[in-house]
Amino acid sequence: MLAFTLRSLWRELASGELRVLLLGLIIGVGAFTSVALFNDRVHQAMTHQAGELLAADLLVQSPSPLPEAWKQSALGMGLQLAETTSFRSMTLAGERLQMAEVKAVSRGYPLRGRLLVAETSGHSEQQRQAPPESGSVWLERQLLDRMGLKPGDDIQLGESGFRISGLILEEPDRGGSLFSIAPRLMMNPLDLPATGLLTVGSRAEYRLLLAGEADALEVFRGWIKPRLQVGQRLLGPRDSRRELTSALERAERFLGLASLVSLLLAAVAIAMSANRYARRHLDNTALLRCLGASRQLITRIFTGQLLLLGLAGSLIGLLFGYLVQHLLAALLAGLFIQQLPPPTLQPLLLGLLIGLVTLTGFALPPLLALRNTPPLRVLRREMPLPRLSRLAIYGPALVVLTGLLAWQADDWQLTLLVSLGLLAILSLLTLVAWLLTRMLQRVSPSGGQPWRLGLANIARHPEVSIVQLVAVGLGMMVVLLLILIRTDLLDAWRATLPFEAPNHFLINVQADQLAPLEKFFRQQKQPAPVIYPMVRGRLHSLNGTPVDADSYAQPRAKQLIQREFNLSWMERMPTANRLVSGHWWSRTDERGWSVEKGIAHSLGIQLGDRLAFEIAGQTVSAPVTSLRKVAWDSFEVNFFVIAPPGQLDVTQASYITAFFLPPGEEPLLARLVTHFPNITDIDVGALMQRVRSIIDRVILSVQFVSLFTLLAGLVVLLAAVQSSLDERIHETAILRTLGALKGQIRVAIVTEFMALGAIAGLLAALGASLIAALLADQLFGLRYQGNLWIWPVSLLSGMLLMGVSGVLGVRSVLQKPPLQQIL
Amino acid sequence: MSQQKHAESRPIVRAEDLSKQVSSPDGPLDILQGVNLDLQHSETLAVVGASGSGKSTLLGLLAGLDLPSRGRVELNGQNLNSLDEDGRARLRRELLGFVFQSFHLLPSLTALENVMVPLELVGHSDARILAEEWLQRVGLQPRRLHRPNQLSGGEQQRVAIARAFATSPQLLLADEPTGNLDQQTGRKVIDLLFELNREHRTTLILVTHDTALADQCSRRLELAEGRLLQASGC
Repeated sequence: MLAFTLRSLWRELASGELRVLLLGLIIGVGAFTSVALFNDRVHQAMTHQAGELLAADLLVQSPSPLPEAWKQSALGMGLQLAETTSFRSMTLAGERLQMAEVKAVSRGYPLRGRLLVAETSGHSEQQRQAPPESGSVWLERQLLDRMGLKPGDDIQLGESGFRISGLILEEPDRGGSLFSIAPRLMMNPLDLPATGLLTVGSRAEYRLLLAGEADALEVFRGWIKPRLQVGQRLLGPRDSRRELTSALERAERFLGLASLVSLLLAAVAIAMSANRYARRHLDNTALLRCLGASRQLITRIFTGQLLLLGLAGSLIGLLFGYLVQHLLAALLAGLFIQQLPPPTLQPLLLGLLIGLVTLTGFALPPLLALRNTPPLRVLRREMPLPRLSRLAIYGPALVVLTGLLAWQADDWQLTLLVSLGLLAILSLLTLVAWLLTRMLQRVSPSGGQPWRLGLANIARHPEVSIVQLVAVGLGMMVVLLLILIRTDLLDAWRATLPFEAPNHFLINVQADQLAPLEKFFRQQKQPAPVIYPMVRGRLHSLNGTPVDADSYAQPRAKQLIQREFNLSWMERMPTANRLVSGHWWSRTDERGWSVEKGIAHSLGIQLGDRLAFEIAGQTVSAPVTSLRKVAWDSFEVNFFVIAPPGQLDVTQASYITAFFLPPGEEPLLARLVTHFPNITDIDVGALMQRVRSIIDRVILSVQFVSLFTLLAGLVVLLAAVQSSLDERIHETAILRTLGALKGQIRVAIVTEFMALGAIAGLLAALGASLIAALLADQLFGLRYQGNLWIWPVSLLSGMLLMGVSGVLGVRSVLQKPPLQQIL
Repeated sequence: MSQQKHAESRPIVRAEDLSKQVSSPDGPLDILQGVNLDLQHSETLAVVGASGSGKSTLLGLLAGLDLPSRGRVELNGQNLNSLDEDGRARLRRELLGFVFQSFHLLPSLTALENVMVPLELVGHSDARILAEEWLQRVGLQPRRLHRPNQLSGGEQQRVAIARAFATSPQLLLADEPTGNLDQQTGRKVIDLLFELNREHRTTLILVTHDTALADQCSRRLELAEGRLLQASGC
């Protein structure tokens, strides 16, 4: 039995009968596996060392130094302690300037995970649980490279100079911010004061790291919770995960979606091939039954064949997917701070399962219908064919695939949304494809031109034509959409920024530096920028009622209320602001707040409401006198809440400014940092570049995976072409007998497929433009201008793609001599 | 005019030493051997013989659907061996009409469109009008917009006859035209075929194993194992 099954399977493969089915399976499994493997590696990177990501079991994070009493209590509860202080600052070596993420760590750090440092002396890797010695620092390789330094060299940080004594190879809680903005510099906390970098209003993050028994940790958790001030947070392993996964989760879902659409299309191709296969095996089966094969035996033969084929195809698909995920990881490598761990076995097993499920779900039903072939068909060919309803054939498989979608997205709501969205797009594409094929029906083949025969052929098989159009159109649409996002939308977003928009922010400016800073800019022959005062405060009450995170249901409002606000005061409203309601203060002795409209909406603040802010222990209360709309993408210094001069305590303020540094003027920054070591420069241009490159890479990877979708679409085309091959060969033979020339038939075939391609291209351009417009509006807040070139490009690529694959698919038609088919 | 006369004086079909050999697992196999044949304008010829005697092979070679291993076929004085496939196709559409046992209508076209196809292939400007007339002639005008699968066997064969005569061919090749029809329907189809043949003075080659049908032809040619057994005629 097995030998018979194997032999006949081999014969079918050799004859090319099952090649399209196999191809569909390989692409479907490949698409699914590559993404599943990649996602698995990212998940591992993020969850594998969940505890280690914090370098502790529990930590308290605060924007201000933590009270000594907390540390004493933690020690009293038998917990281990360590402290870190992190902030961004410029580093200097000679004329070279580079932003670094500075972190001062106490003895004992890290409490969990490992800190690997290659010391300058000896070059051996060492696991450390202490800071570098006073007067020396450890750097990440990236920082060394960017500054052109080597271990043992000196580097300037603030007002102090340090010797580079080691290279950081691994840092446990570095993954805390998935996308690193600047490379790490690690120092001893004893050296911090001398740098002069930490002053009032400095943006630093203070962390108290804790580790110990679970019970003790629980006790501490209970003790500290009521003592936490606004801006202070308690983080456990789970919290850290939530924060850092959100960005990549979106990319993962896109990838997952693209792979599932490919899988779905591959399933359609598999179903079409299996149908043709079953149709062609009716006579064989009837004969087998005539010769005494039981229905059970027929079932066993076809199931066996399918399982063997499924195993072979899935294994090749797995290999294919494994190779592709390597490429994916390489594409996205720059985004991860750590090396991705190797993939686990689970996605591979899952890929195998998916392959078998897809194949049995979509190919087995038509094959199983074969066992009902009446043996009498041997004598009477016109016997009705065994037929199953489409729902019975594909219903269960569709349910399984939807389940997979839900499981992949891990979110029923999202699944529903995505399924509905996909359904809407598919319906739209199908509708337009139907309309266009209907229009072609009016093209009558009369006139004798072969191209009309080709066009009419599309309309004569509307069902097959529509499936081909939608499959290829969908694949092209995804690719096109990503091109639009990568070029058009990002360009449109960038174009909203004026060329001379400030590209540098200076923060941590102190009151006594205002005049010297202005003088500095004058000396450098640069326009002196407007400097704004800034104090940090927490919204304490609204109309006399105290507010905290629990007062709000919306996550954004919760987030806002937990943060400290940057408050400022000024006489005149900044240029990038527009008054929406209320009035700007005319007298300086007036009291009031001017609140940004968006935040007012989120927090339910109305004109006239009384807001009280708590600033360094003091409460400042005033009514809301105006609401403003702010053009955030102007990159000017902007504030959510502004007060009139005199309302806030000047002694608490630090200052902030933004300026445009023309290209080629970079040495000015080095001089600035030398003069004012405590001031932190934030290079917005570089930041934007970084953001853009991240988006670019993510889109590139999604685009890469979406090529699978296009490929799967083409396999559907091939399956459809193959399913009509017998009919085509017959028709061509008749036409040849009636005197049609080869050239005429070729023109008819080329016309048919090019016209299909043109329609698929139009569908793709239409779908991509609609979705791009929607994304522009919803995601980027832009009005999408549309892009005219995608129409001809999409049309032509569709014609080329379908023209070539279609003609290749039916090339055997012209090679068969008509005699065999006719007489 | 003189050219026309000249054309009518030579045979429309001439086969000389026509042979076809195919390879088989047991070595070369002769399916047609040394057939000679001359057929004049307006003659009707029945080719009879048992299954596998080479009837269909002969028909295929005469129509230029295949090339002989040896010998030659001349249609209207034109040697088929000297033409490439497209050249033979061109000759077919100008000269030949076909009626097959299994009808061979294009399944995706309506009856009318099927009749239009050969007219369109020669670039006839009034293809539709002419096709409608022909369907009228075979009594299928009311069913002109039906597709083959909506027509009975007899109706399909009538469409095929209309298609065969539509281009006014000089030579009509019919391969077992009643083979797939019941006796009564077959009778009607044959009557129609011969009636049209007489009207249009078409030369006819009819492959059949029905002796009664063969008797209606002016000449008869019997094949056995690829060889010409006997030829008779009036």
